Amino acid sequence: MFVIINYGVGNLTSIQNMLKKSGVNALISGEPTAIAAATKILLPGMGHFDNCMQKLNESGLRPLIEKKALEEKIPVLGICVGLQMFMEDSEEGSEKGLGWVKGKTIRFKPEQMKEEEKIPNMGWLEIQAVKPSPILQELEGARFYFAHSFHVAPQNKSDILITAHYGYDFTAAVEYNNLVGVQFHPEKSHRFGMQLLKNFALNY
Amino acid sequence: MRRTRVIPVLLLHQGGLVKTIKFKNPVYVGDPMNAVKIFNEKEIDEIVILDIDASRDKRGPDMQQVREIAGEAFIPLAYGGGISSVEHVKELFYIGVEKVILNYQAIHNPSLITEAAKLVGSQSVVASIDVKKNLFGNYKVYTKNGTENTNEDPVEFAKKMQDAGAGEIFLNVIERDGTFGGYDLDLLKKVSSGLNIPLIICGGAGSVDDFKQAVQHGASAVAAGSLFVFQRPHRAVLISYPSQDELKAKLYSVLQ
Repeated sequence: MFVIINYGVGNLTSIQNMLKKSGVNALISGEPTAIAAATKILLPGMGHFDNCMQKLNESGLRPLIEKKALEEKIPVLGICVGLQMFMEDSEEGSEKGLGWVKGKTIRFKPEQMKEEEKIPNMGWLEIQAVKPSPILQELEGARFYFAHSFHVAPQNKSDILITAHYGYDFTAAVEYNNLVGVQFHPEKSHRFGMQLLKNFALNY
Repeated sequence: MRRTRVIPVLLLHQGGLVKTIKFKNPVYVGDPMNAVKIFNEKEIDEIVILDIDASRDKRGPDMQQVREIAGEAFIPLAYGGGISSVEHVKELFYIGVEKVILNYQAIHNPSLITEAAKLVGSQSVVASIDVKKNLFGNYKVYTKNGTENTNEDPVEFAKKMQDAGAGEIFLNVIERDGTFGGYDLDLLKKVSSGLNIPLIICGGAGSVDDFKQAVQHGASAVAAGSLFVFQRPHRAVLISYPSQDELKAKLYSVLQ
């Protein structure tokens, strides 16, 4: 079962509806029994980093999710702040991240930008694949919708899956073992998002 | 390649979609769900949906209707109309809205912008500013569908919204609404040059060339209503959106 974790944040219905359109039935749930039986997990996240971490910690689901992700090693897809939560910490807040992937989440650095850009980054960017992955099937030249002021900076460059350019090249997706996280919003990226979710659901 | 968001704006009025001219005379243009499905297929960048009755009728958003629209919108959806509490913001996000747009409350209760930004992040909070010239020819911020003059100066007000935590400004020029006559580039330049956050310009777009000029005058994104729902010269209802090839040739490539 594909479970979209409901811990009280995120645009969950559009993710579910987009999966449904690709023929994948996903369950939105915060029930431990459902999550324990999951074969694939989607970890959403939106808004403030601290709010997401606090909600996840308060939900009581964290030990179970960590068991699924780190011991059972089932595929986990983090979206937006869901990805940022994979990291050790974030410049947006004071809460600790999950620490599944080494590195942190940082604010866009205007002083490092080659072209002056406004922050937050709101809009569509074409992606650059950094390494091969089943989640990237048929996504050559794809564009995705971003809405963020912070991006992840993995310590190990080998964890970088996708980059995009906004003033400078930043990490738009990471892949580390069974964990994959995207900074953009597949559920709001019509054709391309549908392909990515389908790749994760069926080929990953 | 640098892309610019091109955003259709749909107006909800008595359950259906309408289009206005200078914020008046709403004309029925169709069913919202049907329109959203068509825009999905056209692979548009983003969509703005404004309930133009809610604040005037002193009610909150029609959550059931927004939920239905959001569930079918596989594109970023920004919603405005009747949002007057953090609870509204929370619920709108839960049902799948990507951004909230505040207008009446932005003026009367700017702390809601701050609270909303704390909750959902500033990238998802848009302050909408409706502007019209007053009798002396000075630009002023209006609210309640352009019927109430707040006497605020748009340049200063936009900065105030930025300081309050808005992640984006939606600047709607009332006298250009529905006219196809081009954006108000002077006002756009004045407002955008005082901001660090992105500005979406709306009101008057008649062609892709208008988009280009808007970006050259400081817009981060361009919005339009009539252009995407009417076919000229007779304003026959026909939903359209420029193709990627057209946008690449006439907009993105010119802005490199």
